Amino acid sequence: MKEPQDLIDNKSRRNFVGTAAIAGAGLGTLALAPGLQLIQVSEANTPSAGASSKVRWGMLIDTTKCASGCDACVKACATENGINETVKDPRQGSQWIRKIDLKNPKTGQEHSLPMLCQHCEHPPCVDVCPTGASMKRADGIVLVDRHICIGCRYCMLACPYKARSLVHQPLTAQNPEVPRGQGCVEACTFCVQRVDKGMLPACVESCPEGAMLFGDLNDPNSEIAQRVAKEKTTQVRGDLNLNLGVRYQGI
Amino acid sequence: MQTEMSKQSGQSFYGMAAIGGLISLLGVAGAFYMEHHGHQVSGMNNQTFWGLPHVFAIFLIVAASGVLNVASIGTVFGKKVYKPRGPLSGLLAITFLAAGLFVIMLDLGRADRLIIAMTHVNWTSVFGWNMVLYPVFFGLVGLYVWLLMERRMYAYAKTAGVAAFIWRLVMTTGTGSIFGFVVARQAYNSAVIAPMFIIMSFAWGLAAFLIFQRLMFGWNNTELHPQVRERLNNLLGTFIAAVFYFVVVYHLTNIYFAKQTGFEQFILLNGGIFPKLFWGGYLVLGTIIPMLLLYVPSFQRIQGAGIIASVLTIIGGLCFLYVFIIGGQAYPLDMFPGMELKSTFFDGHIDNYVPSTPEILLSIGGFGVAFTLTLIVTRVLPFVPQDDVAKLQASGALHD
Repeated sequence: MKEPQDLIDNKSRRNFVGTAAIAGAGLGTLALAPGLQLIQVSEANTPSAGASSKVRWGMLIDTTKCASGCDACVKACATENGINETVKDPRQGSQWIRKIDLKNPKTGQEHSLPMLCQHCEHPPCVDVCPTGASMKRADGIVLVDRHICIGCRYCMLACPYKARSLVHQPLTAQNPEVPRGQGCVEACTFCVQRVDKGMLPACVESCPEGAMLFGDLNDPNSEIAQRVAKEKTTQVRGDLNLNLGVRYQGI
Repeated sequence: MQTEMSKQSGQSFYGMAAIGGLISLLGVAGAFYMEHHGHQVSGMNNQTFWGLPHVFAIFLIVAASGVLNVASIGTVFGKKVYKPRGPLSGLLAITFLAAGLFVIMLDLGRADRLIIAMTHVNWTSVFGWNMVLYPVFFGLVGLYVWLLMERRMYAYAKTAGVAAFIWRLVMTTGTGSIFGFVVARQAYNSAVIAPMFIIMSFAWGLAAFLIFQRLMFGWNNTELHPQVRERLNNLLGTFIAAVFYFVVVYHLTNIYFAKQTGFEQFILLNGGIFPKLFWGGYLVLGTIIPMLLLYVPSFQRIQGAGIIASVLTIIGGLCFLYVFIIGGQAYPLDMFPGMELKSTFFDGHIDNYVPSTPEILLSIGGFGVAFTLTLIVTRVLPFVPQDDVAKLQASGALHD
């Protein structure tokens, strides 16, 4: 037979447990709510479908239209991707795209062309990256995962195009859509943040001569695929058999 | 002959430990400064992105596997003169690898992400393989040294020794392949690089071993028996000659390929510091003079000829690596053969890399770490080789 005091104690204990459970659930909800909201925001920002392997993004550059001294594509890239830092030694600055002037010393023939990551089908940078930070998306865009790049620069040694840069200094005022980081390696992303929204890379859009054409190399109806099929194009260091996403005309 | 470091006066030990520790700490300070300010405070840039720290780190890693050779010759190939040297050889292999990794890890753009390097392994990357090769090397050599030193377990030492010997060959193949598999550059992309690194490891490792052995004998006021010394010197000479052979083949191959001749002219003839370091540093200081010291009687009579030859072999090795690693990047990529290139990113230009103070401190710090670790361990455990020359002579093993 229980004493009245025990009954009271049991009742109050039950009440306490019940109240605590409700309070805990409330606090838990309060604690989780911001996280859940973030997940919702994040899901809202994520495209419903990831990169498709049916697509192979590529670029065709007509060097006969590319004017020496014009660097509109370089400036557009820097603006779009927040490459705005000042460097004491220009060799230490990041260059995702640069203009190269070529001259044949025998014939005197000259060309000017933009050089950027060639988005290889078989990218040596991806092969050599020890952590897998260098990666190729299903649609052929070669990227660096800023969160797992350790800054070993092996990919820079492996790249035949000098297309990669190490960030040599602390960065400020970044474009939130294009995360960059001191000590990490980076390169042209084909403006993936724009491409995923159905827009063109900034360099292509900015070219005053229309020398740069962007599109799906896998789509036989696309302009780029038709021109690559019909016209003579060049892959830089074609001897390496890397099957580049960037092709040149006129060199 | 009883030689124990623990019998040394404490004063000299603490003095040397303080010097080694200070050099190591300066290395850490250099790395911290670079980590804090970014690689803008280094002489490295987007053309020469592997600098002096890589020269020292790769030297230490290659020498680490080579220094184990002394133990392998004793255990795996049964040469009795080498057996007392096994534990010191294994210890140096561990401390040199630790020192090499110390330098290369602290030079990373994101050294704080080391754990990522160990947990995200890309199996197509030679660096990725190294994430397995190095820890297993530590484990195998540690086990091997323990088996060598624990009399009751000595019966298993040969098995561990064979495993460590095979593993060290694989590991140096991996180190050489870091460059050998790079198709983009004229300096690399050659199957001869991996075996060349293996034979270099033999020479550099033995040279380092002889220096440490000399230091320890000096601390204990003892001398290496002349016949043992002659044998070890002979082996060093053989390795130096073998390295020379591989270096000749490597360069001849490149010279033969028309597309590589520009690069060879650069590093051997008109590339500024690089030809000077190759001919003066590697060939004269690091090969010819050591061979004279080791084989020509009038040079052999110079006091400490073998140790001078060892020091010069190491200097020659560092010169070779400087030309190989930095020269290979300074020479511009040949993206458009036969064309002249000009750009804001210095395409077509030869890079003029000059190491900065933090880099130099980090690089030298690697040697400080190897020295200090070895010093401390030899202070507390009996690693100093003890030769019973009379017994070796009686059994004919001195010349075996």
